[in-house]
Amino acid sequence: MYQIIKQMLRTGIKSGTTPQTDDALRNQIQDINAQILNIVGRALAIRHVDAGSCNGCELEIHCLNNPYYNIEGIGMHFVASPRHADMLLVTGPVSRHMEMALKRTYDATPDPKLVVALGDCGKDGGIFGESYASCGGISKVLPVDVIVPGCPPPPLAILQGILTAVSRSKNA
Amino acid sequence: MRLDDFPKIFAQLPGAMPIWHGTVDATGYRALCKQVLHGGGKLLALWGEDKTQDSVSQKAAGYALHVALVTAPGLLVLSLPLAQAEVRFPDLSDLFPAADRMQRSVADMFGLRPDAESDQRKWLRHGSWPQDAYPLRKSFDPHTSYATEADAYPFVSVTGDGVHEIAVGPVHAGTIEPGHFRFSVVGEKVLRLEERLAYKHKGTEKRFEGMSLQLGAKLAGRISGDTTVAYAWAYAQAAESLCLCTPPERALWLRALLLELERIHNHLGDLGYLGNDAALAFGFAQFWILKEDLLRMNETLFSHRYLMDIIVPGGVTRDLDNAGLLHMADTLRHIEDETARLKNIYDEHAGVQDRFLTTGRVAPDLAAQLGLTGLAGRASSQAWDVRAQFPTMPYEQLDVNMVTHRNGDVAARVTMRFEEISESIRLIRLILARIPLGETLTELGKAEAGKLGIGWVEGWRGEVMVALHSGDDNRIHRLHPHDPSWQNWPVLEHAIIGNIVPDFPLINKSFNLSYSGVDL
Repeated sequence: MYQIIKQMLRTGIKSGTTPQTDDALRNQIQDINAQILNIVGRALAIRHVDAGSCNGCELEIHCLNNPYYNIEGIGMHFVASPRHADMLLVTGPVSRHMEMALKRTYDATPDPKLVVALGDCGKDGGIFGESYASCGGISKVLPVDVIVPGCPPPPLAILQGILTAVSRSKNA
Repeated sequence: MRLDDFPKIFAQLPGAMPIWHGTVDATGYRALCKQVLHGGGKLLALWGEDKTQDSVSQKAAGYALHVALVTAPGLLVLSLPLAQAEVRFPDLSDLFPAADRMQRSVADMFGLRPDAESDQRKWLRHGSWPQDAYPLRKSFDPHTSYATEADAYPFVSVTGDGVHEIAVGPVHAGTIEPGHFRFSVVGEKVLRLEERLAYKHKGTEKRFEGMSLQLGAKLAGRISGDTTVAYAWAYAQAAESLCLCTPPERALWLRALLLELERIHNHLGDLGYLGNDAALAFGFAQFWILKEDLLRMNETLFSHRYLMDIIVPGGVTRDLDNAGLLHMADTLRHIEDETARLKNIYDEHAGVQDRFLTTGRVAPDLAAQLGLTGLAGRASSQAWDVRAQFPTMPYEQLDVNMVTHRNGDVAARVTMRFEEISESIRLIRLILARIPLGETLTELGKAEAGKLGIGWVEGWRGEVMVALHSGDDNRIHRLHPHDPSWQNWPVLEHAIIGNIVPDFPLINKSFNLSYSGVDL
């Protein structure tokens, strides 16, 4: 235990140690937090669904959970069931073999719900395109609120996409 | 087992790796596989090919089945011509159990079937195309869309007092690729696990057909996103073999550098998750800080966090300057120090060790019998590493120390990762010190149609192979990528037997197999 505490102290706090921890950013984070609270009334719960990706986008979603991005600090977290989710974060292309599972996951998510499509393949099928085995982009199967292109989109772009979806739903 | 021990039917393929190719008949096919097995060799990959519209021979040439076998001198590739689709090919699953799913995939995609006594269930096909349509036949239009049928897959059911089933997936609880696991359990103890994969089948192999050799490199880098460097290198080797192209030496050294960076970032991520799955969230936070540090360095030096699209046929698209070398040396020193410190913490943590030790054990004899490969194989005494046994430039000058362990449990697979990170950092230091100056990219040239090129690279998970059959105009006639997960998924079904259900995530993560790489 001593070693663990020592290592924690050695590591320090990675979140928010960048020069941007001035008041401007603090306000922004508070603003994001307030926005999320305003829309969903609590932390934003996100359910990730891999509908057929190459696993590249998943690598960046994992990274979003590392201490550098501090997502729980701004009021969002990943949940294990669509029944607990406000938002589906979907990677593609949607394989035909996953089409039904994706639709069922969407149906299991309570209204109101948001869908963010990730990556060039989530956008329009990307390099895999549409074929006997691929439906193409997420919007071929589900109503999509925000698309985050990139191969794969880096964590900050994913975060931006999630926040865009939340703020758009506020305006709607 | 020397090359002279085999029939004189093999011709060496051009290129970096020791690979021989020969044509056999059905009797010779099985006899040679048996000879390889008894000589201590193993099955690497098995794939089909449709040659009915072969433009080179201008006559119907039927189909072909190809099998790649690892032997002491190198890779032996056997091609078995099949005049008609109705001719059954000899089953290999009694010799190499890993052949089972590969053969069933060939049956789904080509309608070529193994002997009737082998497992005849479908594998890659669910319900998106009918049983009598075969997507990898040349006559199949890739844009055909069929009405979806129910999958109706015949799982093996276990019966008895108190036995019940737990069905998991395809959508899992975490950020993981989709697949279905069917557990038969008594209480919390697992009696049997059966996997149903191919949910991610997105027509990757069909997509390659007709692509230019240059564009194919981009798709090869997306067969399994976490292994993009190994696939891109294997693809480049295959294309360069076909075009008789030798990349500049500096490019080869840079490729090895990228491959080791890929190994380190994947191992760091897995070590974090393995701590997390044993309820040590501290481990996740620590290792994922280090992983992010490495990815940010990649972004700075190579403009891509995962190093996609840098290895192309003919060389690499980016070079490293002196400032970059220093930056990399600094980052790696930091990662090495922190990883050593974290290893002590993992080693001394009673709760973590209690979860790791003896969990998900694959004994060495079972590993050998089932063909467990790559990192997981080396954790169970299966001493295979392409970098050490068949070293190509620059590995032939680096003297790779292969890491092996004997316990075959989660703890052994964790230790493998710690030790492979150290070895990869050592290799990168040597590369940074010795990398020759010069060009990094050369003209690929032209490939003769109707030839076979093969690439073979030790990725972080295990050996990756790309078989490339050339078509007209520098285009791809047929491409089969092989992921080590083909061998290791069936072994995971054995690793869980007798363990408790809550240990499955930990055992699964300790293998960390690819779905996309085998669903294709």
